[in-house]
Amino acid sequence: MKRTEPFEFYQPATLQEASRLLREKGPGGRFLAGGTDLVIAMKEKGLLPNYIVDLKRLPALSGIRQNPDGSISLGALTTMYEIETSPLIKKKFHFLAQSAAEVGSIQIRNRATIGGNMCNATPSADTAPALIALGASAKISGGAAERSISLEEFFKAPGETVLKADEILTEIIIPRTPAGLVGEYIKFSPREMMDLAYVGVAVAYDFEPQKRTCAGVRIVLGAVAPTPIRAKRAEATVEGQALSESLAEKAGNIAAEEAKPISDVRSTADYRRAMVAAMTKRALLNAAVGPAKSWVERRDRRY
Amino acid sequence: MNRTIHFTLNGKSVTREAPTHRLLLDLLRDEIGLTGTKEGCGTGDCGACTVMLNGKPVNSCLVLSGELDGADIVTIEGLHIGPELHPVQRTFLQDGGAQCGYCTPGMLMMSKALLDENPNPTEDDIRYALSGNLCRCTGYAKIIQAVQDAAAILRNKNV
Repeated sequence: MKRTEPFEFYQPATLQEASRLLREKGPGGRFLAGGTDLVIAMKEKGLLPNYIVDLKRLPALSGIRQNPDGSISLGALTTMYEIETSPLIKKKFHFLAQSAAEVGSIQIRNRATIGGNMCNATPSADTAPALIALGASAKISGGAAERSISLEEFFKAPGETVLKADEILTEIIIPRTPAGLVGEYIKFSPREMMDLAYVGVAVAYDFEPQKRTCAGVRIVLGAVAPTPIRAKRAEATVEGQALSESLAEKAGNIAAEEAKPISDVRSTADYRRAMVAAMTKRALLNAAVGPAKSWVERRDRRY
Repeated sequence: MNRTIHFTLNGKSVTREAPTHRLLLDLLRDEIGLTGTKEGCGTGDCGACTVMLNGKPVNSCLVLSGELDGADIVTIEGLHIGPELHPVQRTFLQDGGAQCGYCTPGMLMMSKALLDENPNPTEDDIRYALSGNLCRCTGYAKIIQAVQDAAAILRNKNV
């Protein structure tokens, strides 16, 4: 078990100071949030930063709040556990709270942050599919000017985002959602907990329960492409239609065609494709039923 | 780089100089001498290194000393209540919740965190809370029993 090597360590009190440090000190620096990715990278993956800029003293990066226009802001330093247990998030988008609950253990979730999860940019990141399904965007500070970009465009490749070296993701903004919004996130992995997704599927749609029509359908796949991707052809298949088991199955099969999985130590590409089909179908149907009442029900229910 | 950090450890104020890259786990075990917290994996997967940081259970193998200024830390050595064992320590002993004992400090810290938040956990609640704590010896049955029994003791105390 390796140990970390020495580095310079800074705890700026303002965003401007944090960005300035990266600009002035140049390459070899890393921002620190919860550390559950960074510290592991330093111990196990040979990452040797010369200096670390801890963002946790920045007050602007914390908190979950509802804005007057009905949108929800998540500060980048919001932990996974805070999202998992937030009454507001559980009420408005339960599947986002459940996505956060899929990350590691409670010990990890007390440190891991939503900002870190986004900036680490793993294709299998558990909170990304749900956030993209919700149409979320990222607010970015530092560098030239503040900017905003949709999360769908935030990820470029495994481990790579649009952020420049001195830029900081400050907030995730989820736009106002319709009252009839339903959604589900399924993390397909062999272990019930403490695992990485072989396949991740998030769905969200505005559901009219009498006719079972689905509007504004979003189907987002994780772990089956270099970044999280939307299955747009599968979405179009369901858009405006009445949800049925056969429609959900058809959408699942199309989503499987849109996925671009690789074979790796966890799974083959073929198996991942088959699981995209199965999990997309399951997620579409489960979303219409509503959130599971317990993690056991969530694990065991089919539809 | 070294930094002088002021923090609270098991209820006592501590001031010391520490390298910012020093893991909290190593600070506790090697520099302060509190060896109750264990290293099982070093990657946040096993929970043997669980301590309370600012009231929340975390893996101390992933915390850097550089950020500890102003922190409140509780380790297994601080679990007792005055001169008494915490109820969950007693029930682990009575029910046989420990075999080799290596996972036990982490299990106790996480169990305490669970019981602080949920005084009446179901078996599923306990399994969920302890997902991040691995045990190779016991098969978990006696651990779960011990947490349930400790919850009962704590509920009776509040009656």
